[in-house]
Amino acid sequence: MTAPIIHMENIKKHFGNVIALNGVTFDVTPGECHCLLGDNGAGKSTFIKTMSGVHKPTDGTISFEGKPLSFNSPRDAMEAGIATVFQDLAMIPLMSVTRNFFMGREPQKGSGIFKRFDVERANEICMEEMRKMGINLRAPDQAVGTLSGGERQTVAIARAVYFGAKVLILDEPTSALGVRQTSNVLSTIARVREQGVGVVFISHNVRHAMAVGDRFTVLNRGQTLGTAAKGEITSAELQDLMAGGQELAQLEGSLGGTI
Amino acid sequence: MPTDASISADERIKSESFTTRMMKRPELGAIGGVILVTVFFLITADSAMFTLSGIMNFMTPAAQLGILGIAAAMLMIGGEFDLSIGSMVAFAGMIFGVFTVNLGLPLIVAIPFTLAFAAAIGAVNGMIVIRTGLPSFIVTLAGLFILRGASLVGLKLFTGGSTQLRGVRDAVEGDMLAPIFSGEAFGFLFSWLAQMGLIETFKSGAPKVPGIPVEILWFIALALVATYVLLRTSAGNWIFATGGDSNAAKNSGVPVTRVKISLFMLTAMAAALVAIITVIDAGSTDARRGFMKEFEAIITAVIGGCLLTGGYGSAIGAFFGAIIFGMVTIGLTYTNFDQDWFQVFLGGMLLLAVVFNNVIRKRVTGER
Repeated sequence: MTAPIIHMENIKKHFGNVIALNGVTFDVTPGECHCLLGDNGAGKSTFIKTMSGVHKPTDGTISFEGKPLSFNSPRDAMEAGIATVFQDLAMIPLMSVTRNFFMGREPQKGSGIFKRFDVERANEICMEEMRKMGINLRAPDQAVGTLSGGERQTVAIARAVYFGAKVLILDEPTSALGVRQTSNVLSTIARVREQGVGVVFISHNVRHAMAVGDRFTVLNRGQTLGTAAKGEITSAELQDLMAGGQELAQLEGSLGGTI
Repeated sequence: MPTDASISADERIKSESFTTRMMKRPELGAIGGVILVTVFFLITADSAMFTLSGIMNFMTPAAQLGILGIAAAMLMIGGEFDLSIGSMVAFAGMIFGVFTVNLGLPLIVAIPFTLAFAAAIGAVNGMIVIRTGLPSFIVTLAGLFILRGASLVGLKLFTGGSTQLRGVRDAVEGDMLAPIFSGEAFGFLFSWLAQMGLIETFKSGAPKVPGIPVEILWFIALALVATYVLLRTSAGNWIFATGGDSNAAKNSGVPVTRVKISLFMLTAMAAALVAIITVIDAGSTDARRGFMKEFEAIITAVIGGCLLTGGYGSAIGAFFGAIIFGMVTIGLTYTNFDQDWFQVFLGGMLLLAVVFNNVIRKRVTGER
């Protein structure tokens, strides 16, 4: 197995007297899709916010490409190559796909006071990147509001990948989608993974996770219950783990000693 | 995974006709309005309205309002309102009057200082809105009263009891910057055209229209610059993004706070520019200057296609919105209608524009 891009060891996060994370260990290698599963309140959101630089961990170490690292802001994490696609997608429905794609990072041409937004190039790149993801836009000035939920998700993913994401964190990308749209997003994830990006896929839907995941980590009550590779665990077992319905002793057996 | 053939032609998307594409432009309503109003006055008004001097007659108030309206439109696209711009015209007029008359400063000093003063107040407005998270509507409504009151008190203070400050014209007489902010431009061109007999002249041979009033040139220039900024620069993209969803914009690295504060400074400076132009023109300033202009500016922006919720609109739309405004205000005097129909017309126009914009927004976002 290749070296992980990001490795988080025994992460703890306390908010006052609330212990949100109590020792989470997680890593992602290039070109894999690592699923983080957990029920509501398990600490998934807190964990990805720690990973994307929104929260600083109370305890534990983060190493990025082998070097210890501490993110002070989401910007730091973004610049290092950790892109997060949150559930709200950071998309503006009234704006065109291109304008959304390049929001905050517009390609420029000209210099001095003639420095301007290179709309033609932006449109070209946007169309091309979307085509790579399997979506053919009617026109680059099509408003994002006219896209379906799955297509919007794909725009958000394509944007993150285009801007050099090495780790792509997807926060419940399929939770609000229909069957067909879900399969489109899952195939997008597969494509991104082929490009060598490490994908962190957060979900509480085991079937979706099983469809694209290479490894699975289950989070329950702020702790990791263990990591299993594909084929080592069945979806029924994952489901039970998430619900916390099994004792650790039983888990160890089913996970083949990976805890 | 879909093959290339299946993605290159999606049978569920109908190809768009030219009209549908045009229907999606935010400025469409305003352009349609201009055509409608022009036709209306061509039928009802005296033919003098569409002579060169008639056009200058309605373009001058349109320009004065349009400078405010374009700035208001940009701020609205950025997701905020500024109700204090009308009062700002009075306040900046007072500041400008005090600089030129009481302090005797030349325009090269007085104008930048007036603009800077206004910009500072605009920045304060913006900072209060951002720090408190309150709607800008209410924050700048306070500004509307504060600045109007301050103009009254200030004028009495500086003039020794009068609410009018006179003598601006004498104070700026012969100043080399005066021609940029007052009077008519391209006079030589117009007298040449008059000599050639291409435009109407008085019996003396002097042209009836001595030149283009400078505010019209400022108005056109501002419309062009604003459109360029909105459509062709990063700043423009940030303005749309900030107004569309400031949280999403912030998460994508758009400097939302800076964008909003700059826009508040812009509207305040536009108000100051109108104040400077009209005060030099009138030769005096008073506390009622710019009365109700904040609402007229917002109406201009809305007729121009701006959504009240932000994130959508156009500067060109506001440009045409202001022209509609000028045509109606002045145009009614060329007709047999009672001039006071103006306000009724205005309200109707606003209502129509809001309804129309709502339909357009649904088309753009594909809402059903």
